[in-house]
Amino acid sequence: MNTGTQISISSLLIASSLVLVSIVFSHHQKLKLEKEIIIGIVRAVIQLVAVGYVLEYIFGLKSPIFTTLLILFMICNAAFNAAKRGQDIKDGVLISFISISAGTILTLSILVFSGAIKYEPYQMIPVSGMIISNAMVALGLCFKHMSNDFNNKREEVETKLSLGADTLTSSIEIIRDSIRTGMIPTIDSAKTLGIVTLPGMMTGLILAGTSPIIAIRYQIMVTFMLLSTTAIASFVACYLSYRKFFNNRKQLR
Amino acid sequence: MDLLQFKKVFYVRENKDIIKNFSLSVESGDFISIVGASGSGKSTFLKLCCHLISPTDGEIMYNGRNMLEYNPMLLRKEISYCFQIPHLFGDTVEDNLNFPYFIRSMKMDFERVNELLLRFNLDKRILKEEVKNLSGGEKQRIALIRTLLFKPEMILLDEVTSALDVDNTQIVESVINSLNKEGTTVLWITHSPEQSRRYANKLLTVDCGEIKSLEAII
Repeated sequence: MNTGTQISISSLLIASSLVLVSIVFSHHQKLKLEKEIIIGIVRAVIQLVAVGYVLEYIFGLKSPIFTTLLILFMICNAAFNAAKRGQDIKDGVLISFISISAGTILTLSILVFSGAIKYEPYQMIPVSGMIISNAMVALGLCFKHMSNDFNNKREEVETKLSLGADTLTSSIEIIRDSIRTGMIPTIDSAKTLGIVTLPGMMTGLILAGTSPIIAIRYQIMVTFMLLSTTAIASFVACYLSYRKFFNNRKQLR
Repeated sequence: MDLLQFKKVFYVRENKDIIKNFSLSVESGDFISIVGASGSGKSTFLKLCCHLISPTDGEIMYNGRNMLEYNPMLLRKEISYCFQIPHLFGDTVEDNLNFPYFIRSMKMDFERVNELLLRFNLDKRILKEEVKNLSGGEKQRIALIRTLLFKPEMILLDEVTSALDVDNTQIVESVINSLNKEGTTVLWITHSPEQSRRYANKLLTVDCGEIKSLEAII
């Protein structure tokens, strides 16, 4: 990795002129996005600098407890964010927390036990970040789809209930469609890996000087883990949340 | 004993009184026609009858016991509701007629299915037909057959003939009337004054969420 590119501060400053391109373009096309672009860039720089120093500190600590606490903190944040997509789902935050935790713990356990990664902050934190953010996006899609379907297919669900079906049987199509919706972006992105996109992790490794042959091994591992996390988190979330659309008399709320 | 009894039932949704102070009794074997303007609360009344919704105030008794004491799934198997717009699911007609057997963990009884198909003037070849290829009249008759496969104690019909032609309406009326003669209690929402009096023994008129009258038809 020592052969990789080292970006100097002066290089970064020159590269920042690229931001001017979007500002000039916005101004010329009267998009009125100049303020948004500047705020976005300033926030990104501040957040990334802060995260850089925090990670540097945590990596230096090499404490498994601190690493676990940080992963827990990431899961909590992701749970709050995912729950926003399903605001009419009661206990959405708790369901998101359980689902993301289930996906993360299972996937990380397999990766650690298989020896693919070590339980050390410099490996666990970036990998957990990828897993958790992917699960968060999947859950957001699941919740949104489920809420919409329970609104749009109300009469279909009530027809099944009126025939004497249980709530699970009455909702099974909605549950399956919601899980599918949560998983499809990850599956689609897996299909186009290497053809359409060179994903962030692989690009990062190559830029840092790693051989592309080694970088693809990591990317294959990432693809496996993202698929597994999305599947577990979507499955757990949908099977926990469909019940929230019914009361204890098995009636739609 | 009354089969179904409403005791001062109210139903409020989004701060709107949809059912106001409903008190009435339905006796076993009754054939009650329900009439009233659109939005008067007729469909809500039927949904209360089959426990798809619960009253916000008051009590509904079924066979002398509060509905809340029953298992909702068992209750809905005895009191079947047929919607105004039939919702068929799955791919084929067979998927739909198999559903009541599936939820009872039973194998489809083709003899019973064929008997009802015949009564509703449908050929058994329709079982393999895709739902999307059915006419409105066929869809409604399949939805009715799906409701009647296990001989419910009471059937609730929400304007089930409103989209049917004259011939299909006559077929449905005739089957429902014969089921009533065999002992099934019928509650039927209709907009047709002739239909409301043709077979019913009672006429319930609903207006703005209230019972305007419940009269016997002689």
